[in-house]
Amino acid sequence: MNHKIEIENLNAWFGSKQVLRDITMKIKENMVTAIIGPSGCGKTTLIRCLNRMHELTPGAKVTGRVLLGGGDIYGEGVDPVTVRRKIGMVFQKPNPFPMMSIYDNTVAGLKLNGVSDKHRLDETVEKSLKAAHLWDEVKADLEKSGASLSGGQQQRLCIARALAIEPEVILMDEPTSALDPTAASKIEQLIRVLAQDYTVIIVTHNMQQAARVSDCTALLYLGKLVEYGSTKDIFENPKSELTEKYITGEFG
Amino acid sequence: MISLTYLALIAALIPLVSILAETILRGLSAMSFSFFIEEIPPLGEPGGGIGPAIQGTLIVVALASSIGVPIGVFSGIYLAEFGQARMASVARFLNDVLTNVPSIVLGIFGWTLVVVAIGWSIIAGAIALAIMMIPIVTRTTEEAIRLVPATMREAAIALGVPKWKTTLTVVLSSAKKGIATGILLSVARISGETAPLLLTILGSRFWFSGFTQPTAALPVAVFNFSQSPFRLVDWPRAWGASLILILIILAINIIVRYATREKYGATNI
Amino acid sequence: MRTREKHPKFLSKLRSISKGKLSGDSVFKIFVTLIACNVFIVLGLMFFQIIQNSWLSIQTYGVGFLVGKIWQPFPPNSSSLPSFGALPLIWGTLVTSAIALALGVPVSLGISLALSEFAPKRFSYVISFFVELLAAIPSVIYGLWGIFVLIPFLQVNVYPYLQASLGFLPIFQGTIRGPSVLTGGIVLAIMIIPTVSAISRDVFAAVPNSQREAIMALGATRWEKAKTVMSYGRSGVIGAIMLGLGRAMGETMAITMVIGNSFNMFSSFLEPGSTLASIIANEFTEASSPPVYISALMEVGLILLALAIVVNGIARLIIWRSTRKVREVGLI
Repeated sequence: MNHKIEIENLNAWFGSKQVLRDITMKIKENMVTAIIGPSGCGKTTLIRCLNRMHELTPGAKVTGRVLLGGGDIYGEGVDPVTVRRKIGMVFQKPNPFPMMSIYDNTVAGLKLNGVSDKHRLDETVEKSLKAAHLWDEVKADLEKSGASLSGGQQQRLCIARALAIEPEVILMDEPTSALDPTAASKIEQLIRVLAQDYTVIIVTHNMQQAARVSDCTALLYLGKLVEYGSTKDIFENPKSELTEKYITGEFG
Repeated sequence: MISLTYLALIAALIPLVSILAETILRGLSAMSFSFFIEEIPPLGEPGGGIGPAIQGTLIVVALASSIGVPIGVFSGIYLAEFGQARMASVARFLNDVLTNVPSIVLGIFGWTLVVVAIGWSIIAGAIALAIMMIPIVTRTTEEAIRLVPATMREAAIALGVPKWKTTLTVVLSSAKKGIATGILLSVARISGETAPLLLTILGSRFWFSGFTQPTAALPVAVFNFSQSPFRLVDWPRAWGASLILILIILAINIIVRYATREKYGATNI
Repeated sequence: MRTREKHPKFLSKLRSISKGKLSGDSVFKIFVTLIACNVFIVLGLMFFQIIQNSWLSIQTYGVGFLVGKIWQPFPPNSSSLPSFGALPLIWGTLVTSAIALALGVPVSLGISLALSEFAPKRFSYVISFFVELLAAIPSVIYGLWGIFVLIPFLQVNVYPYLQASLGFLPIFQGTIRGPSVLTGGIVLAIMIIPTVSAISRDVFAAVPNSQREAIMALGATRWEKAKTVMSYGRSGVIGAIMLGLGRAMGETMAITMVIGNSFNMFSSFLEPGSTLASIIANEFTEASSPPVYISALMEVGLILLALAIVVNGIARLIIWRSTRKVREVGLI
C-alpha cells in the first residue's frame, strides 16, 4: 500500500496563535481519509496546509514537511501554484463562478491557465462532469449559468471543476455540511467512487459520515493528532481514551 | 412637524423641476438640425450651430477617460488587493483629498502643467478632467472589488491559478458591473464640468483642429453664450447647449440606475 | 549590515529582479503599486506648482494679501504698483457659504428625516433618485437657470417683500439687484442639498434600530423618535454639514454667473460680490500681465485650495468618528 502524502512534523500558526502541533501522518493512496474532531481542532487548517492555501492568510506560518510523491511541497523553490494543480480542493459552501456557464466553470482551471483547444476542453467537460455524477443532469444545457443549479448540483460542479485539472489528491472541507440530506448522500456515494482513481482527504464534523465514507480516519484535538488508523479500528476499537470520548459524543 | 419634512422634499424638488422644465422648453426652441452640425458663429451673429462644442466635449471627455480610466482602475485594484499596507492607507486618504480639490483649482493646475508649456489645448483640458476622474474611478473600483466574495478567489486559487491572474480574470470579471458603473458616473460628471476647461481649452468657434489647439466644449459654450450681451441670438443658444448637455448626463445616470437596480429574484452565491 | 537585516524581503526581491526571475505576482504588484502612486505625484505637483506660481504675490504682498481690500491690476497712476488683496473674496466665499448652509441644511435634514424615518420605502427610493438628480446637474446649468429664471423671480416676487419686511436689517438694505450675494447663496443652498441630505441619511441609517425601538416602547411619537435619531447621529450630521460647506466653498460656475462679480466688502446681501473661485473664473484667462497679476490669482487659488482641504478634512474626520462611535456602542 503506497503512501500518497507523508506529513512530517507539521506545525501551523495564525500570527502568534499555534493551530497545528507537530502533526506526523502518512495518507494512503486511493483511499478516503477522514479528518474529524471538535470545532477549532485544526482540521480545516490541516488540509489547507496540504495545498498551500493556509499561507495566503496574512500572518499565517507553516513549518515542517509535506511530501507528495517524494518531494516536499514546502521545499525551497517550489511554486505553490504547481502544488495546487496537483492537489485540488472542494469547499464547504459550493462556490461555482456565477458569471460563468456550467461548461466554463468545469474547465475554468484549464482555461485560466491558457488551454484553449476546444476539442480538448469539450472532452474534459464531459469526462469531468461524468466523473462527478452530474453529466446526465446538465448535458442538455451547458451554457446555463453555474449559479442556476441546486446546492447539491453546484457542489458536484465544483467537484467536476476540481477533477478537470487532473489532480492526484482531492481535499474536501466539509463538502456536504451546506447541503440537504439527499444531496449530501449523492456526494457521499460519489466520494467512494472517486477513491478508485484519486486519493481523497475529507474533513467532516459529522462522525457518521466519516464512518460511512472513509477507509482511514484521523482525530484531531487542539491541533494535535490524537489517533489515526483504519476507520473500523477508530470507531470500534479506539486506542485512546480521548477518541472514545469523542466517538461517544462526550464532547465536541 | 412631520409635514414640515415633506415640505422640505417639495422645496428641493421645485428647483429640480424648474431647471429641467426651463432647459427643455427654452432649449427646444433653439433646436434644429443645423444646431448640431454647424460651426459656432461670432457672438451676436444669427444662424450657425454648436457642432464644434458637441464635438469638443466628446473628444475631450474621450481623451480624459482614456487617461483616467486605466489609471483609476489599476489604482483601485492596488487599494483592494494590497489595501492593508501603510502606503495604501495613505494613498486612500490622499485620494479622498483629491476629490475635495475645487474644480477651478484643477483648471489652474492644468494650466500650470500644460498650457504654460504648449498653450491652450485639448490635452490640457483632458489632463485636468482626467485628474478629476481618477480618484472617483479609484474609489468605485476598490469598492467593487472588495465586494467580490473571498470564496470566489479561493476557488480560483485552489485550481492552481496564480494570484495575479485570479485578480485580473475572475475577480475583475465579477466586479465589472460595479467598475463600469463608477466609470460611467465619472464620465457623466466630467462631461458637465466647466471650470477645469475654462482655464485649459479656452474655447473656440471652430471644429477640432489638433490636440494642441484650443477647442470648444458644451459647458464652456453655455457659459460664453450666457455672458453675451446679444440676448436674442445667444441666450437661446446657451439653453440649447444646456439641453444637449443635460440630456447626455441624464441619459448616462438613468442607464446606470436602471442597470444596477435590485433585480427581482436574483440568486447570488 | 543593518540594512540587510532590516529589509530582507525587499533586498531578495531586488536580487530576483537582477537575476531575471520575477514571478507574475511580483510584476503585478509592482505595476499596480506604481500606478497607485499617481495620487502622490498629482497632489505633490499641484501644491508645488501653485505655491511656486503664487510666490511672487506672496513675497510682494505678504500677509497684507489676506486682509487687503483693493484689487487693482492696472493702477491709474502707471508708476505705482498694482494692489491685490483677497479679503472681499474671502468675505464673499464665507458669506455665500453661510447663506447656503442656513437655507440648505434645514431642507436637507428635513429630506433625510422624511426619507429615513417617515416615508414608505418605495416612495423613498423614487424620491432619493430625484434628489440625486439634483447632484447630476452641471454647475454651469445651475448658473444659467440662476441668471434667467431665478433672478427675475427673486427680483419681482421675493426681494421687494424681503426688503419691505426685514429692511431694517442692514443685510437686506440697498438697491435691489438681481445678481447678488443672496442669490448666490440661494443657488449654492440648492446645490448642497444632495450632498448634505445623502450623508445625513447614511448617518441616520447607521443609528441602530434598537434605539428607535427603545424610545417607541416608551410611548414616543414618530417625531420624538426622529429627534432621538437626530441627536444620536448629531456628530455625523455636523460632518455632513461641513462637507456641504466644503462643497459650497469650492463651487465656481454657478456662483460666478449669479453673484454679480463686483469686488467689494459688501454689507448687504442684496449687493453683488465676488468669491475666491469666481474671480479666478472671471479674470484668469485675461490676466497676461503684469506677472504679479497671475501670481495674485494663483495665490487666491492657493487660499481656496487650503480652505477646501481643511474644511473637508475636518468634515471627514467628524463623520468617521461618529460612525465609529455608532459601530462601537450601538451594535449588540
